[in-house]
Amino acid sequence: MYNKSLKQLSTSLQNKELSSVELSQYFLDRIKRYDGELNSVITLNEEAALAEAAQADKIIHAGNAGPLTGIPLLHKDIFCTKGLRTSCGSKMLDNFIAPYSATAVNKLTQAGTVMLGKTNMDEFAMGSSNETSFYGAVKNPWDLKTVPGGSSGGSAAAVAARLAPIASGTDTGGSIRQPAAFCGITGIKPTYGSVSRYGMIAFASSLDQAGSMAKSAEDAAYMLQAMSGFDEKDSTSVDRPPADLVSGLGDSIKGLTIGLPKEFFGDDLDDEMRQKVEAAIDSIKSAGASIKEISLPNINLSVPAYYVVAPAECSANLSRFDGVRFGYRCESPKDLEDLYKRSRGEGFGDEVKRRIMMGAYVLSAGYYDAYYKKAQQVRRLIKQDFVNAFKEVDIIASATAPSVAFTAGEKTDDPVSMYLSDTFTIGVNLAGLPGMSVPCGYINKMPVGLQLIGNYYDESRLLNVAHQYQQLTDWHTHVPAGFEE
Amino acid sequence: MQWETVIGLEIHAQLATQSKIFSGASVAYGAEPNTQACAVDLGLPGTLPVLNEQAVRFAVKFGLAIGAEIAPYSVFARKNYFYPDLPKGYQTSQFDLPIVGLGEIDIIVDGETRTIGVTRAHLEEDAGKSLHEDYQGMTGVDLNRAGTPLLEIVSEPDMRSAAEAVAYVKTLHSLVQYLGICDGNMQEGSFRCDVNISMRPMGQEEFGTRAEIKNLNSFRFIEKAIAHEIDRQVDLLESGQKIVQETRLYDSNKDETRSMRSKEEANDYRYFPDPDLLPVEITTELLDEMRSELPELPAAKKSRFQQQYKLSEYDASVLTVQRVQADYYEQAVSASNGEAKLVANWLMGELSAALNKESLDISKSPVSAERLGGLVSRIADQTISGKIAKKVFELMWSSDDSADEIIEREGLKQISDTGALEKMIDQLMADNTAQVEQFRAGKTKMLGFFVGQLMKQTQGKANPQELNKLLQEKLKG
Repeated sequence: MYNKSLKQLSTSLQNKELSSVELSQYFLDRIKRYDGELNSVITLNEEAALAEAAQADKIIHAGNAGPLTGIPLLHKDIFCTKGLRTSCGSKMLDNFIAPYSATAVNKLTQAGTVMLGKTNMDEFAMGSSNETSFYGAVKNPWDLKTVPGGSSGGSAAAVAARLAPIASGTDTGGSIRQPAAFCGITGIKPTYGSVSRYGMIAFASSLDQAGSMAKSAEDAAYMLQAMSGFDEKDSTSVDRPPADLVSGLGDSIKGLTIGLPKEFFGDDLDDEMRQKVEAAIDSIKSAGASIKEISLPNINLSVPAYYVVAPAECSANLSRFDGVRFGYRCESPKDLEDLYKRSRGEGFGDEVKRRIMMGAYVLSAGYYDAYYKKAQQVRRLIKQDFVNAFKEVDIIASATAPSVAFTAGEKTDDPVSMYLSDTFTIGVNLAGLPGMSVPCGYINKMPVGLQLIGNYYDESRLLNVAHQYQQLTDWHTHVPAGFEE
Repeated sequence: MQWETVIGLEIHAQLATQSKIFSGASVAYGAEPNTQACAVDLGLPGTLPVLNEQAVRFAVKFGLAIGAEIAPYSVFARKNYFYPDLPKGYQTSQFDLPIVGLGEIDIIVDGETRTIGVTRAHLEEDAGKSLHEDYQGMTGVDLNRAGTPLLEIVSEPDMRSAAEAVAYVKTLHSLVQYLGICDGNMQEGSFRCDVNISMRPMGQEEFGTRAEIKNLNSFRFIEKAIAHEIDRQVDLLESGQKIVQETRLYDSNKDETRSMRSKEEANDYRYFPDPDLLPVEITTELLDEMRSELPELPAAKKSRFQQQYKLSEYDASVLTVQRVQADYYEQAVSASNGEAKLVANWLMGELSAALNKESLDISKSPVSAERLGGLVSRIADQTISGKIAKKVFELMWSSDDSADEIIEREGLKQISDTGALEKMIDQLMADNTAQVEQFRAGKTKMLGFFVGQLMKQTQGKANPQELNKLLQEKLKG
């Protein structure tokens, strides 16, 4: 049952072979059984989930079910959920219960999904290994000594271990794609502006984008379809008719051109990694696509540009956590300054503080032009590189991450090496493009991710290329050892 | 040494929108603390701003009214600092790309017109307020005002005296109300002012070091604060000391300014473009629409009043300070059949005095423009005298009756009937032959005696011109 596709689950529900209550209970039980060691879930929503499931069963009985009605899922703990704690992986929000739900959550609830709980994440989505969470590190189900990636590591680990069929994630610099790669699942970050950011706690507003994490491209497409759409509460949400992400799955990809940026296949790419990615590209080629080498001349500047823009935005976005109106407040503050300093000093973890300080620095008088302004200029160049590339190709492919999941603790003392683990994914956020990761094999028994990047608003084609690849391969159906019962 | 004062002003005008600049919460004044602050205003995690289009339209209108360039593309920026009444830890404002660019406005001081440059005007959100009383030593925070739309209007350092500064503030105050973009209520903080002052030796090009006096909310305070600050700075300079660039606060109780923070203590606001808001784009369609909605502005109205109603410059400028007052005047003139000067006298005299006495705005006047016009027309056609009119006005103030109804009911109609007046004069002369003799002997002052007696007899209703004429004729014999 745990490995069934959304389509199969939906059919079973609608044929009354299975109720949503039973299905939800089944996954709740798996969470209880397996999550003790994985630590992928921060807050379980058992009682309310079963009530939602019972409601879904009524809708199914009334014959009004959609493709997601009665499907259990997990939400990354960055999405506000009315009445259920939203911690963002931080001590700062350990006591925070939002009086509203994020638009993406509401849309999925309206589609009939059942929220089983909230997944663990790097604190305020800042991290690439899920080791910065106040609630402890998440473990990779493929090898508990390794990290699941981050920041949506909880969602990735949970889907990989089949603790839920699907989970939401957010991606600011690779936070959906890199953990998807590390955990051997499929994850997509759509075009910036596709999914409303309302109610999604901001890390870097111009880069943050929510997406779906699932076993397959098809499942990811169903989920993303339900999350997307214009929202008047988010000024950066794009007002255009929602694309049909599902009905194009199955179209032939004959005649499509896949671009391989030479900068992503340079000498520094690990040989085994290159082999796996090239094999995956060969499969796509075998389905009728042609391959073309392209260049993204400024892409090597994406990590430094990102580590100016993202901290700058986060330094302001996280100012509201001041101990005054909600969240953590230090004990008996002496005065206002003490209240601020200790509430923030005690409430935030090291990585968050590091980024706030970097951000405040690059925006400060005398440094703004040299850092923030320059980084924005670089960002435009990177975007233009992609725009030029998409004049020649339909999809761009590369490895999702330079390596497979690394050992826990390996990079925690070396932030720069941690930051470099997002080197292939960050450019996509700077440009605002849709990107995804699909599993494409193993190195030392750890999953490898193939990154596919689409043109603006071309998620439908992007998902179909991934789907066609998954028709030819079965990596996405593999379940890590120990989670198969 | 002769010192020259250099003054520049920043005015915060609260825009008269229904809801806040980035949320749907109401901006109505005076509600219970925190009842008009929604999740966005509280800066709750995950909330996002959505720009109020009405605020943009108001800013555009203002820009057009001062002949400024309206930026086709302007950007909101975050101004970062921590304070409990600033929920997000940054104020969303505009920085290097404001919506309204360079414009100008004419002011009149002592009959002289001067043009003051307006550097820019930009949109921003107001902060909440801290409440320091009644919280057992703690501070309360009321976020009702947080997110209220403000237009910050920044002048060039073009003013040279307190009088010019006050004239500039008054002119802008009048303008924003004309435009209907701000209610101008200074007590409620809808229109407040920061003053930048520096001194320089007369004739010197270069500016001196300036001090900024924050948050002045009455014309009188502006004038007093500037006067005080000029004295303070001149004293310092003449004793060889330096002016410190700093922010000062005016204490109206002690009539003094004192330092709030110096430049060294000033925040580095780390402005950067707000990534949650798209740039504001102003289309030519919107510009045309706003242009077509512009009312007649105070300066134009004033010169029209001078021409059309043959009013003095003084009368015209007093009458056009407030749009409601100008409208009242024009309605009253029309109801009086064009008695422009007489209506002006009554409006600025009797009516203003009565309104002031009860602290009423002209929009709340118990005597409507139509009724005042009706009264004036009865003075003009000599149905009643000016003196009787004051009595009628008093009765109108406390009732809804027209002047005609009151004149009729109270029998106040002037006696202009020559026959009746002649009869009364003849009788009076017959009863007072001695006084008649005195008059005829050259004591012309005796005329007053006869006028007085007759007015007494008629309870003031005798037409004074007619009465004078007849008396003169008869007394001379």
